[in-house]
Amino acid sequence: MAVQEQELTGWKKWLAGIGDQCVFFSRFFRNIFAGGFEWSEFVRQCYEIGYKSMMLVGITSFIMGAVLILQLRPSFVKFGEENMLPTSLTVALIREIGPVITALICAGKIASSIGAELGSMKVTEQIDAMEVSGANPVQYLVVTRIIAVTLMVPLLTVIGDLIGLMGGFLALNFTDSISFYLYFHKCIASIDFTDFLPAFVKTIFFGFAIGFVGCYKGFNSNKGTASVGVAANSAVVTASLWIFVIDAFCVQITSLLFYK
Amino acid sequence: MEAVKEHKKQTPKPKGEVVINIKGLKKSFGKKIVLTDITLDVHKGENVVILGKSGTGKSVTIECIVGLLKPDGGTLKVFNDEVADMSDDKLKQLRMKIGFLFQSGALYDSMTVRENLEFPLTRVLKMKDQQEIDERVNEVLEGVGLVDAVDKLPADLSGGMRKRIGLARTLIIKPEIMLYDEPTTGLDPITSREISELILNMQKKYKTTSVIITHDMECARITADRVLVMNEGKFIAEGSFDSLHKSNNEIVRSFFKDIS
Repeated sequence: MAVQEQELTGWKKWLAGIGDQCVFFSRFFRNIFAGGFEWSEFVRQCYEIGYKSMMLVGITSFIMGAVLILQLRPSFVKFGEENMLPTSLTVALIREIGPVITALICAGKIASSIGAELGSMKVTEQIDAMEVSGANPVQYLVVTRIIAVTLMVPLLTVIGDLIGLMGGFLALNFTDSISFYLYFHKCIASIDFTDFLPAFVKTIFFGFAIGFVGCYKGFNSNKGTASVGVAANSAVVTASLWIFVIDAFCVQITSLLFYK
Repeated sequence: MEAVKEHKKQTPKPKGEVVINIKGLKKSFGKKIVLTDITLDVHKGENVVILGKSGTGKSVTIECIVGLLKPDGGTLKVFNDEVADMSDDKLKQLRMKIGFLFQSGALYDSMTVRENLEFPLTRVLKMKDQQEIDERVNEVLEGVGLVDAVDKLPADLSGGMRKRIGLARTLIIKPEIMLYDEPTTGLDPITSREISELILNMQKKYKTTSVIITHDMECARITADRVLVMNEGKFIAEGSFDSLHKSNNEIVRSFFKDIS
């Protein structure tokens, strides 16, 4: 708190920001194991974050799968390899496009809503009210949200991947005729453990980054209504940036471990 | 400080032990000095009203008392314990003895009135018996005259009702000290008077010690045992409402100019 109360500029402000994030992370981490986990709030957040994002993730993934097939087909036809379309789509969706697109959608929807909600609670002194009453706002507001996002983003990604493959199947049937069974047989045959697991693991990090950034920005927003917008906007931008950084990092590690 | 000397002669002799003891309190935000030298003793069972223009540091003073802000200098003892030196656990224990009514009421807007009132009982007092919880909820709602609002959301309540529920939520844990941050701001004169009388009634019922920050002279007249006037981060006058009414100090007189 003392750091936030000082007017810092330039690199000192940047360093203070890093310090604040470390303190916030340690508060989050300590509160996970502090006892008294807020199960009802956690379940509510899973519903708000997971279930209510499903439609958006589903529609986007469906369109993404269909568009990818439509975009890839001319090139594949040129080389006489159109039978490879389900395989290529599956690898692209499972390894990269599915996780990243789902995470970016979640950054837009979830990080902004958490940032705005907590920012608004800060502005209207609800977080201070929790703190002065002796309750623990980090445990109630932050731990539940971060864990819910960390669990829901991987689930949404798996659902999004499946719906994306369905979109690909539909698009493929616009121009070619392929049975549902053959299409999914080709999809499943084209991936293995090394495709699915690293992609799934990175979505856990994506989810954590989205939840953490949303909570941090909202929890530490300034007082004043404009700060709510700033917190929401900043949460989306920072979470999106983190998704690409984590993705680059995870792909490097995956390449070193599995694709030598 | 002439006014202080003048009105101290007329101040009723305080009774009871000192529960809040502040000496030479200083607080700055960056280059902005908010509190220059605050010295104040609040006695058990006393109602102290702090008057002052916006931005003179009234809210900062009570935020320091409850440990939301850390002072830069001076000493601040509540129940003979230095607030700045308290561990997180000790601060939590202290906050269970202090009720803080925020200017906005600071009701948790995603929860109904019942959930708002149950929150400190289940999270702070760790009460589990639903019957006992319901009894406490009904008791405070009857106290503020809003039993019918129990299942409403804060968005469905008027400003005055939100203040009453906010008061009920702070009183539900039966605090020994109540801190009111501008409890009548933004309310019409009739509702302001009702809230002021409610503060007085609740103080008598629960035998709390109160520090009330206000601009509302009617609220000060109704509730104050002792009034302090704050200007530029320090108290410039102290006394009973009637004695300050006759003050020669220009700043003090400006507060009383509309009072007949």
